[in-house]
Amino acid sequence: MSAPGNERTGSERMGRERMGSREGGVSFRARLAARGIDGTTLLVLPGLLLMLLLFIYPFAYGIADSLSPAEGPWYANYAKFFGDPFQSRTIAATLWLALPVTLVNLALAVPIAFRVRLMKRQRLLTTILVLPITLGTVFVADGLLTFLGPRGWFNHTLIGLGILDSPVKLTNNYWGVFASLLITGFPFSFLLVLSYVTGIDPAIEHAAATLGAGPRRRFWHIFLPLLVPGLAVTFCLAFVQAYAVFPSAVLLGAPSGPTRVISIAAYQAAFEQSDHAYGTAIAIIMGGVELVIVAGVLALRSLFYSGPVAGTKG
Amino acid sequence: MPATTTPDRGRERLELRDLRRSFGSFNALDGIDLTIEPGEFIALLGPSGCGKSTALNCIAGLLALTGGEIRLGGARIDQLEPERRGFGMVFQSYALFPHMNVRKNVGFGLAMQGIRGAEANRRIQDALGLVRLESQAEKLPGQLSGGQQQRVAIARAVVIRPPVVLMDEPLSNLDAKLRLEMRADIRGIHDQIGSTTIYVTHDQDEALSMADRIVVMSEGRIEQIGTPQELYQRPDNLTVADFMGFRTRIPGRVVSVAGSEAELDIEGGRVRATVRGAIRPGDAATLSVRPEDLVATPGEGIPATVESMEYRGRAWFGLASAPDGTRLYFRSGEALPRGAATTLTPTPGSALVFGEARA
Repeated sequence: MSAPGNERTGSERMGRERMGSREGGVSFRARLAARGIDGTTLLVLPGLLLMLLLFIYPFAYGIADSLSPAEGPWYANYAKFFGDPFQSRTIAATLWLALPVTLVNLALAVPIAFRVRLMKRQRLLTTILVLPITLGTVFVADGLLTFLGPRGWFNHTLIGLGILDSPVKLTNNYWGVFASLLITGFPFSFLLVLSYVTGIDPAIEHAAATLGAGPRRRFWHIFLPLLVPGLAVTFCLAFVQAYAVFPSAVLLGAPSGPTRVISIAAYQAAFEQSDHAYGTAIAIIMGGVELVIVAGVLALRSLFYSGPVAGTKG
Repeated sequence: MPATTTPDRGRERLELRDLRRSFGSFNALDGIDLTIEPGEFIALLGPSGCGKSTALNCIAGLLALTGGEIRLGGARIDQLEPERRGFGMVFQSYALFPHMNVRKNVGFGLAMQGIRGAEANRRIQDALGLVRLESQAEKLPGQLSGGQQQRVAIARAVVIRPPVVLMDEPLSNLDAKLRLEMRADIRGIHDQIGSTTIYVTHDQDEALSMADRIVVMSEGRIEQIGTPQELYQRPDNLTVADFMGFRTRIPGRVVSVAGSEAELDIEGGRVRATVRGAIRPGDAATLSVRPEDLVATPGEGIPATVESMEYRGRAWFGLASAPDGTRLYFRSGEALPRGAATTLTPTPGSALVFGEARA
């Protein structure tokens, strides 16, 4: 199209296409196909449409909305958030929950996945471990409220065993939310990590063993470097999930105190103060924080090997 | 300390005594007895599922035995972890560490033994020289061809100077031409380093061309142990004969036995063949012959109808069927049309006769 005198009208082009190679050149369709565009490309459309409708449009609308405050200049909502410590410290409060929970989840998922990969009845155990995912956060939060409460089984058992003198407070504070996030987030991290761990060719581990590496050195020298990219992705997904905590922070936490997470701030702005634009601004800030963490982790990941882990070229 | 630090390890005899390994009710190894002399090149040959890879993994320590023992230089090693046996192993899938360059891959075993610095560099360089990959030392495995990757794997296995090198079908992922080259390379490396090599393969050509002794396995047992010549010329039973290229099997009845020769009644006439195993006149027996030794000759012989022909350079080889349906693989000086009637005769001294029941 760039060569001078080569511009054609649509009808001319269609005519040429119909003529095909008879004209001497390669048909329009063939040229498109060579660039990877053919009938199959149309299958992208439904997904693309969905992305536009459910993600791109709301996101763009949200940004526009957050920049149209009820009063003040265009950045007033953001200035209001960062100017009010009660609001801005929700960023740190949420990070203080989401980061440790994500790290603990990964730290639990890796060894368990390593054990499960060697087991014959993988499916049964996987099903049990994944069950919490199906329960929903509210259900888990409700259960934990009873279980971890002052008269719940947890405290009952520890007092009965003589380990505790008086019940330890595990609900309506940080630890309640922490436990709930751990339970609902673990299956997710575990499944992802398991798939990464089992994706590594067992012969690679065998090779390391025959070369004199014991289990510990096999983990540090072989498995961990190969798992880093997968663990980074798992971290990002688990973190984003944890950072968006809402129901359990309200039900199990202290929603006006230490577990006043950023989504509570957004909710209150939008639905209690009916300041929709301000609520949206807080949601955008929340997304921004997630983006910074995810980008940071992925940047770190690029320092490691991230090619295939199968061992063969096939 | 891993025992590999003792320089004499390559000069020790490896003994396998009644090795057994079962998976549930399935016996993958059903009593393997084998003594391997220092510096020997042993091929474990058999069809897939015969237990040859299981045997190799048990020797490496990657799979626990359910019975029997393994001794190296008289000392029992079957209870040792793989990392304490110090055997080098080469895998079918290469199993290179994808995140380490060639130099680090080869140096891994040395690092695990605490050998670093100049000594390690010298040995890595020597090992890379052995497989002619000095110029690729800084590349990642993913940047190498399959043949190069397998050579790195060999260098990585031998650099630790293992008493025994274990190879699990190392050439089966490579193309035919490369396989031929690598055969000679592997045998050459074996001769240079003087380790004992145990080489698992399902390819009888590989086994015949590389090994000092071949161990033919089937269904978790050893069928026969012998030099390539012994196995090729005098297979003990039909299973081994089949693996050694005796493709045609013709049922018949023993007429007479004289020393190592027997006369056999088969459809279409009488043939003389070399006796393998115990047979007596009147026994049902099987005549076994290689395609290159069953020649289409007009006149006398086994009547057959040509089914298909293929050209293999110096001769034509074909498949024909006897009137009773027996499949006959034969050689011919010319292409015969499909459906043509012909007669096939074993070349003198080439056919073997086995008793019906396996020994």
